[in-house]
Amino acid sequence: MEIELRGITKRFGEVVANSDVNLTIRAGEVLGLLGENGAGKSTLMNVLSGLYRPDGGEILIDGKPVQFRGPGDAIRAGIGMVHQHFMLVPVFTVAENVVLGVEPTGPVDFLDLKKARAQVREINETYGLEVDPDEYIENLPVGVQQRVEIIKVLFRSANAIIFDEPTAVLTPQEVTEFFAIVKSLRSAGKAIVFITHKLHEILEVADRISVLREGRIVGEGVPGKTTDLELAEMMVGRPVSFKVDKTPFSPGPVLLDVQHLTVLRENDAVAVNDLTLNVRAGEIVGIAGVQGNGQSELVEALAGVRRVAGGSVMFQGKDITGASARDRHRLGMAHIPEDRQRTGIIAAFTVAENMVLDTYYDSRFSRGLAMDWQAVNQNSAAAAAAFDVRTPSIFEKAGHLSGGNQQKLVVARELNRDTKLLIASQPTRGLDVGSIEYIHKRIVDAREEGDGILIVSSELDEIMSLCDRILVMFKGRIVAEFGAAGRPANKNDIGLAMAGVAA
Amino acid sequence: MSEQGETATLTARLLERAAPKRADFEDLVIVPVFAVVVALILGGVAMLATNVDLETIGRSYVALAYGSIGSINALSETITAATPLILAGLGVALGFRAGLFNIGAEGQILMGGMAAVVVGFSFTGLPMLVHLPLALLAGIVAGALYAAIAGWIRAATGAHEVILTIMLNMISYRLVDYMLRMPAIQRPGRSDPISSSVLPTAELPRLLEWLGPNLRLHSGVFLMLAAVLFVYWLLFRSTIGFEFRASGESPEAARFAGMRSGLIIVLVMALGGAFAGLAGANQVLGVLGRASSGFSAGIGFDALAVALLGRSHPFGVVIAGLLFGALEAGGRQMQVDAGVSIDLIGIIQSLIILFIAAPLVVRALFPWGFRKGAPASKE
Repeated sequence: MEIELRGITKRFGEVVANSDVNLTIRAGEVLGLLGENGAGKSTLMNVLSGLYRPDGGEILIDGKPVQFRGPGDAIRAGIGMVHQHFMLVPVFTVAENVVLGVEPTGPVDFLDLKKARAQVREINETYGLEVDPDEYIENLPVGVQQRVEIIKVLFRSANAIIFDEPTAVLTPQEVTEFFAIVKSLRSAGKAIVFITHKLHEILEVADRISVLREGRIVGEGVPGKTTDLELAEMMVGRPVSFKVDKTPFSPGPVLLDVQHLTVLRENDAVAVNDLTLNVRAGEIVGIAGVQGNGQSELVEALAGVRRVAGGSVMFQGKDITGASARDRHRLGMAHIPEDRQRTGIIAAFTVAENMVLDTYYDSRFSRGLAMDWQAVNQNSAAAAAAFDVRTPSIFEKAGHLSGGNQQKLVVARELNRDTKLLIASQPTRGLDVGSIEYIHKRIVDAREEGDGILIVSSELDEIMSLCDRILVMFKGRIVAEFGAAGRPANKNDIGLAMAGVAA
Repeated sequence: MSEQGETATLTARLLERAAPKRADFEDLVIVPVFAVVVALILGGVAMLATNVDLETIGRSYVALAYGSIGSINALSETITAATPLILAGLGVALGFRAGLFNIGAEGQILMGGMAAVVVGFSFTGLPMLVHLPLALLAGIVAGALYAAIAGWIRAATGAHEVILTIMLNMISYRLVDYMLRMPAIQRPGRSDPISSSVLPTAELPRLLEWLGPNLRLHSGVFLMLAAVLFVYWLLFRSTIGFEFRASGESPEAARFAGMRSGLIIVLVMALGGAFAGLAGANQVLGVLGRASSGFSAGIGFDALAVALLGRSHPFGVVIAGLLFGALEAGGRQMQVDAGVSIDLIGIIQSLIILFIAAPLVVRALFPWGFRKGAPASKE
């Protein structure tokens, strides 16, 4: 099977998402599609999977032009997509999920689950997937859920499989297993498209690489010949540096001292369990861990937006266990929340309004009850310029900015004042290489100024390149420490600790 | 130096305001205008369907126009009807801006009106300069406190404000009826639920009596204008309004930014109730002169429509309130001249809201009023 995209163009109103894109996908080959967020990767694949109709160009399968009127047409043509966000019913079993929509039926429309289970087992064996057809989805780890998605696609006899950012939700170990699956699919003769913005992954698994920027194919590469720096440059359109330059580690006094902290989830389950840590001035402490091990709750408790169930939090020797978010803010704590869309910015507010979202009451921006919009606007424009927030004007709605610029807006707001401690949760999640580089630089700048920094990230690479000290969080506890006093940081060891394997 | 200069240029460029977008114009102007036009046409269709002949339909719309803007008296009636709608509408709009659906304006009007009436007839011998502000203040405070009950329960327990305010409306109807039969309030010698009359020192002075004795326009209109300017300042020029709007757009982001959501909810509800209470006081001190059973007359519910039609913007609320006032004043004339039931006005008002709430219907009916192409989206 060979799929050819010829001159594909897709517009949304005035926005050109794809412009004259040519791409060939071949059986038994992994095509890596690399590009920043907003480069048009998802649009292109949605065209290929029949969700969007292109405004120009054509799709050829084995040389014959085809027209997809909907995803059903694409599936019948043998094209399957594994989405970044899984589309599974948690209370159904694996087999039930796999057959959903194309259920094998016996006489009198009887649902033949026995047959479904057998078919799932068969696919399992063919590709070495190892999934129990009778297990409920909600009991499966994310990596296995992803395999269920793959089985779903294979069950619908796909010959070409598109993976949209497949590793975003996986632990390092799961990523390794996932690559093994991709390789077995390739040797079975499937054509595979692997969409990502992570360079090292694409170099590891792809046979060919195409780079998309601003809706166009700007370059191609072959792993082994093309380097990650060359690919990054194609992706961003300018030379990029991966190295984070830091001065030698010389921590000051303890700023944040967390003792025996316990925090509960909404359902009263324990999220953070008797956790103790500290952050010193001039150091970057990273918390690694698979998402959902209590990191979010820890950060929210430290930021004062979640109640503490037990233990104490001291900041510069002051007990702030029960202090409000505003109080902590006034003391010089800054917080970059993990979900910028929901808690970091207000999409319907302008850039200027978002820039003062937690400082509007300050004497710089208001007198008594009256806002000083003149001062707000001046300050916001200066901050936007200083922190490289790309917007046509500060009166633009923040929701209209790209993800990277929204995040830079949050960073600008939090760092553009006299801070002593920065708590950043997933500071670069979903961002492009250029924005990541910039935000990392700003975080390191804050460290050089003597700020203490606590970073929570599920990106191990980010933690490893930025942090002076790495703590691994598993089931609400710190289970390992690396760097500085602890063991030297090693990706494999950290990955094992993240998976809860006692080291 | 050059880098500094560059930053300065960039900063200056970022401070430039973009011209208002076509989409904003469509949303703020074209949709409401078309909604009104379509509602009037469909009102005619409704009349046709009920066997009203074309001539009468024509006559009724002429009467509608004449009765609302055709004479000094008509204008006086329109503004008199619009004033409480705008006041209560401002209260509802404040709630909308903060993400709260305050259905309770009706009950808040009743409580505010009752308090104003009681103060209005109870204190004899006070000069007007003291008595009138006191009566108005009583209305404001009563409305604010009554609404704050809903706000407090919402903030403390998470119970939904829609249910709470509906229930408080129910309570207020009966409470008013009960109070109107209390010896201290009921007019001496009457057995029906009606209060004593407000003393002249607590009445809102009429403005146009020198032109004609029937012109009911009273000085409540100044209160209304002051309220509009105050709400504008509050929403867009004050830190409190910033918190209101932030909470309305994204309660979570507001909380993460250190705003106290519980306090904001109580404050918004109380302020909204204060405006509704002022609307009630405005009615009893400026128009009715006393309180009777159900004197709120649905103003609190029309205020919801006014706030929606006015896009929760104080100036929009003024325009919407004037339109609804005009429909009410014109509707009465329509009933007299053409014999068409005033219920038709209710139909037209409801249709306007229907179309405002469903802009896509308006777009479909008038494709030439809007720029072509689906709304743009990235990826």
